[in-house]
Amino acid sequence: MDLSSINPILLLASLMVAATPIMLAAIGELVVERAGVLNLGVEGMMITGAVCGFVVAVNTGSPWVGFIGAAVGGALLSLIFGFLTQFLMSNQVATGLALTLFGLGLSALMGQGYIGIKAPAFPDWDIPLLGDIPVIGPIVFQHDPMVYVGLAIVAAVWAFLKYSRAGLILRAVGENHEAAHALGYHVIRVRMLAIMFGGACAGLGGAYLSLVRVPQWTEGMTAGAGWIALAIVVFASWRPGRLLLGAYLFGGVTVLQLNLQAAGAAIAVEYLSMAPYLATIAVLVIMRAGRAPGSLGQSFHASR
Amino acid sequence: MLMLEKRPQPSRAWTYATPVLAVVLTMLCGGLLFAALGQDPFETIRTIFLDPLFSEFAWFYRPQLLIKGAPLVLIAIGLSFGFRAGIWNIGAEGQYIVGAICGAAVGLAFFPLESFIIFPLMVLAGAVGGLLWAMIPGFLRVRFGTNEILVSLMLVYVAEQLLASMALGTLRNPDGMGFPGSRNLAQYPSATSWINQSAGMHWGVVTGFIAVIFAYIALSRHIFGFNVRLSGQSPRAAKFAGVNPGKLVLICMGISGALAGLAGLFEVSGPAGQVSIDFGAGYGFTAIIVAFLGRLHPVGILLAGGLMALTYIGGEIAQSNLGLPVAAIQLLQGMLLFFLLAVDVLTNYRVNWGRQPA
Repeated sequence: MDLSSINPILLLASLMVAATPIMLAAIGELVVERAGVLNLGVEGMMITGAVCGFVVAVNTGSPWVGFIGAAVGGALLSLIFGFLTQFLMSNQVATGLALTLFGLGLSALMGQGYIGIKAPAFPDWDIPLLGDIPVIGPIVFQHDPMVYVGLAIVAAVWAFLKYSRAGLILRAVGENHEAAHALGYHVIRVRMLAIMFGGACAGLGGAYLSLVRVPQWTEGMTAGAGWIALAIVVFASWRPGRLLLGAYLFGGVTVLQLNLQAAGAAIAVEYLSMAPYLATIAVLVIMRAGRAPGSLGQSFHASR
Repeated sequence: MLMLEKRPQPSRAWTYATPVLAVVLTMLCGGLLFAALGQDPFETIRTIFLDPLFSEFAWFYRPQLLIKGAPLVLIAIGLSFGFRAGIWNIGAEGQYIVGAICGAAVGLAFFPLESFIIFPLMVLAGAVGGLLWAMIPGFLRVRFGTNEILVSLMLVYVAEQLLASMALGTLRNPDGMGFPGSRNLAQYPSATSWINQSAGMHWGVVTGFIAVIFAYIALSRHIFGFNVRLSGQSPRAAKFAGVNPGKLVLICMGISGALAGLAGLFEVSGPAGQVSIDFGAGYGFTAIIVAFLGRLHPVGILLAGGLMALTYIGGEIAQSNLGLPVAAIQLLQGMLLFFLLAVDVLTNYRVNWGRQPA
């Protein structure tokens, strides 16, 4: 094995790229869970976003429009989940699973005829001055715009939950929906908005895979990224700051195993490919999760 | 205005009616989907749901029903225990794969020896393999409070990589001229699960029926089934009744893992024949739909497994005769689960039209 072929600067730079799709999906799910809803359909919304973004980007020639299409696609799919769990009081775990199975089928159907096509290129931003700083420049400031959009969304969610009145209401709904209802807040409405935000973010994360990271469409291309995003939310104890840390940690594991594969490590490729999943399990075991939102996963039905 | 009023007790009539309603709604919506894909909706629905049973080639498709249904029923029966108790093992696909690998490895180790003891040993290895794979999320939940949904699912991806490694390396057929995949177990008389291949009978089908009977007895006539149901409906009450929650998690995960492992073993030594990269066909995930469609009841699961097998076979016919994409069938199955969960509201809630509930 030739470890010297691994360039640490490139490694750290690709870490930021590898972390972005998981980070986008996870921040959406964080908001959903803070509103007291457990949506296990992240994987399904991600892959639907991936195919929607790809189809729109190929047909319009613009990756930006593609990302908007992906967000809309993810949000629309999450509406099914929202309708079933919020208005028909269905079991959230089962409905989330259904959303994943449905999304995988839907994406495979929509993506027919798009296999083997290349996505329109999404140029890296070479930020002047900042990008020229040695070491830090190439790691942090020479990426495609979506990396920064992802970071901006995380920062915005953090500020929204911590400082805004709407964020307080959302947390109240998630902690105790009966009390929030008694105070006159519209529990179902808040939750529907949160679910749609989660769907849109998962869609963006999926589109990042199909438009930037791969950039192609293949069936089942998310390969568990949505589930890893769910694990990161638990790891982050439902706090945006730690979510960032978690996403970069997993980005790091993914990139490192890919680099080891390329460097010809003595371990078989299959075992290296297990690394991100095994790391997820290890982290779930080691990290004692913080306290989950009080009403997480419970249906709300106003009896009057 | 439409108002929902919670029923004091779930409606019995709707419990039986909702799965049927969900199937009808899926057919309607599926018809619209097929029409949107440019197919004749009636023709397609008939091809998927009726042709496997009643067409002139039905003699060929009916055995297929047993072959596709057996793993679904076996896995779903196992899952139903956990789902009833609020233990979500959704990694049955991984346990299915690992069971197949373990069982096949035992069989391949004996090749070319012929003995009556080989197949029972393989069955044991398959069950133990699936059981141990399921014990990982079970143990982690009991010991560390880790979420079993995420862990069991992560282990599916790990199992798929393990399968690839086995098919390309350890278990590869030494006489296979470098092609990936193991020796064909279906052509190894001491190791095959086939009883009568042309009738679609293999030991997985037999075990499936036995599992249904045992599950029925356990759930309705045994204290274990009572504890499972109690834990799902009221964990606190179960604790007071002396149910050890940790033990229940391990038992439920163990049952589902062992049955999924068995399903994998019977599949690899019969219909699939060999350990290959594409061995995992998603039965572990479809079985989740089967379990819910069957209302987590053994007899219901048997019927639901048959129906789901029907959509698989009908989907294949529609694919070859009408050019329907495979993904459309996957979508149809997902739709079925959605409708099922949606109409479930009628079981637990009463709909009031325009009147305020008294």
